Amino acid sequence: MAIRAAAAAVRSIQEGTDARMERLGRAMLRARLLEEKLGSLYRAGRIVGGVYLGRGQEALSGAGGVALRKGDIFAPLIRDMAGRLAFGEPMEDALRAYLGSRLGPMKGRDGNIHRGDLSRGILPMISHLGAMVSTLAGVLMAKRMKGEKRKVGLTCAGDGATSTGSFHEGLNLAAVERLPLVVVVADNGYAYSTPNERQFACADLVDRARGYGVQGHSVDGTDPWVCAEVLQGAVDRARGGEGPQLVVGKLLRLCGHGEHDDGLYVDSKIQRSERGRDCVQVMESEMKKRGSGKEWQSWRAEAQAEVEAAVIKVSAEPVPDPFEEDWSATKSGSEAEESGSS
Amino acid sequence: MSVTYLDAIRSAQEKALASDPTVFIYGQDVGRFGGAFKATKNLAERFPGRVIDSPISEDAMVGMAVGAAMEGMRPIVEMQFADFSTVGLNQMLNHAATTYWRTGRTCPMVLRLPSGGTPGSGPFHSQSMEAIYSHYPGIVVMTPATVEDAYTMLLEAVEMPDPVVFCEHKLLYYHLKSDHLPESAVPALRAQVVRAGRDVTCVTYSAMVHEAVAAAKELVEEGYEVEVVDLRTVKPLDTDTILASVARTGRLLAVGESWPWGGASAEVVARVAAEGFELLDAPPKRLNAKDTPIPYHPNLWAAHRPTAVRIAAALREVLRY
Repeated sequence: MAIRAAAAAVRSIQEGTDARMERLGRAMLRARLLEEKLGSLYRAGRIVGGVYLGRGQEALSGAGGVALRKGDIFAPLIRDMAGRLAFGEPMEDALRAYLGSRLGPMKGRDGNIHRGDLSRGILPMISHLGAMVSTLAGVLMAKRMKGEKRKVGLTCAGDGATSTGSFHEGLNLAAVERLPLVVVVADNGYAYSTPNERQFACADLVDRARGYGVQGHSVDGTDPWVCAEVLQGAVDRARGGEGPQLVVGKLLRLCGHGEHDDGLYVDSKIQRSERGRDCVQVMESEMKKRGSGKEWQSWRAEAQAEVEAAVIKVSAEPVPDPFEEDWSATKSGSEAEESGSS
Repeated sequence: MSVTYLDAIRSAQEKALASDPTVFIYGQDVGRFGGAFKATKNLAERFPGRVIDSPISEDAMVGMAVGAAMEGMRPIVEMQFADFSTVGLNQMLNHAATTYWRTGRTCPMVLRLPSGGTPGSGPFHSQSMEAIYSHYPGIVVMTPATVEDAYTMLLEAVEMPDPVVFCEHKLLYYHLKSDHLPESAVPALRAQVVRAGRDVTCVTYSAMVHEAVAAAKELVEEGYEVEVVDLRTVKPLDTDTILASVARTGRLLAVGESWPWGGASAEVVARVAAEGFELLDAPPKRLNAKDTPIPYHPNLWAAHRPTAVRIAAALREVLRY
């Protein structure tokens, strides 16, 4: 009896893992294919402004999105398409931001990665790195004051963002308040073109966890299985009341800082190392090795079809009209101001 | 019983906490200690868990408030001194101020700034920050000059859907007194004529209102009637009240305690020059602090900022043009 129960438990864990890996694998593929399309749209001149991709970071980012539940809060940074899609941001909203659709959550007032939807629990990032850490801490403090229990906040940063005062102040504040916050640092070796050795002097960014009095976790950001396990563990610990969790994933950005950047400054030795592996390829070959190659192919086909349909749909949507725009930056003061401005 | 300007700020916060469960206060030493100026005295005891000590992290304090406001709370953040809010500028100007425009969701929060000069406070405990906050779209900037306004405007600020920077003047904290707290109020976004006159309009705000009124009294002996307009809120600027006053007097002096480059007094002059040029019988004039850091020694400080004597001198120049 005991043996049978144990076997059932193992099977249930295995099934749970499989379901999680399917969600992650699909999110990674959807992000990769959508971003390849964004790159084409950019090169075709259909996107105004910058395009910032998360190529090579899909496993770490997506694992964060998969680990969260509905009702949690996600504050992504610029390379988190996979995490956004895994958490439930519609592919159309990403395209709406890039193409300036009036129907998107930002209505053409803000673009590209500066998008979010508070009704879905996704905070729209500002460009200033580290700023979302304290903001997310504020959301979590509010939830605590309102008596909402077991809600987790997860935010992402890069190695460069850890150098900001904002990052430090935010993580310290969250640690003091012992908030259910997970901070995922994608250490991709470069902040734009600046390598790690010009960014920080500690041996590993995860070492800082101890200084903040939070739990730290290292993860190989190129291995989807390890990412899923570590991120789920960190989110569960935060949810269980163990305070903020700092997850540092080592990986390499497999593209430029933005699509305007060829990234030629990246050391070819790192590109050839384990850190330079492409997590999507890692997952694909592992799936094939496990006899699930067909499953992977079907996920890919579905993702491709979703991208094509979303591009067609959003391309037909209206763009903002300056004559119909409400040019009020405040809700209360606009009328009084209007009477005085010329 | 008398009520000080500081009592009014404390009482307004007490009333806001009592009447709205989403209000909370966050700041350095605001909890059991009651704040550096005692603006939150006894509030932590009366409202457990809602008057919260923060680390010395101005950026994160404001960032936290932005997040809490997005989540439906109405945070009041106390900066220990307005000067230190420069460290939190990014979260206020780029995050709080842009949220409504970018997302359509409001970000209701109040940033309380103990502002302005007091004797011996020097370069880093004397600043007036209203010009910087006003320059950015998306923020309401209030500068109350009276006990009554400190009370009713702070209550209105807490209820507003937008981020509000509440510039309270430290020089008025203890010395400015009133008999009782007001029951009704002029709306916070309206300027007010606090002294009627026919010869010249003096537009100002915050502690300078009292210097301007003193200057106006001095000029009575010389036969001049000075109209003093208290802006009360500098952003949005109540241009109608200003122009109506200039239409009556034909002359304008705009006074501010802050530095001369840009700012509220410059905006007042610019608007009157552009929209009320034909109302003017003399060139509009501005009076501000000197364009240096704010000095420590009282002798220097008294010469650095506008005072009743200097305002009276400037008014005479406008009157005698």
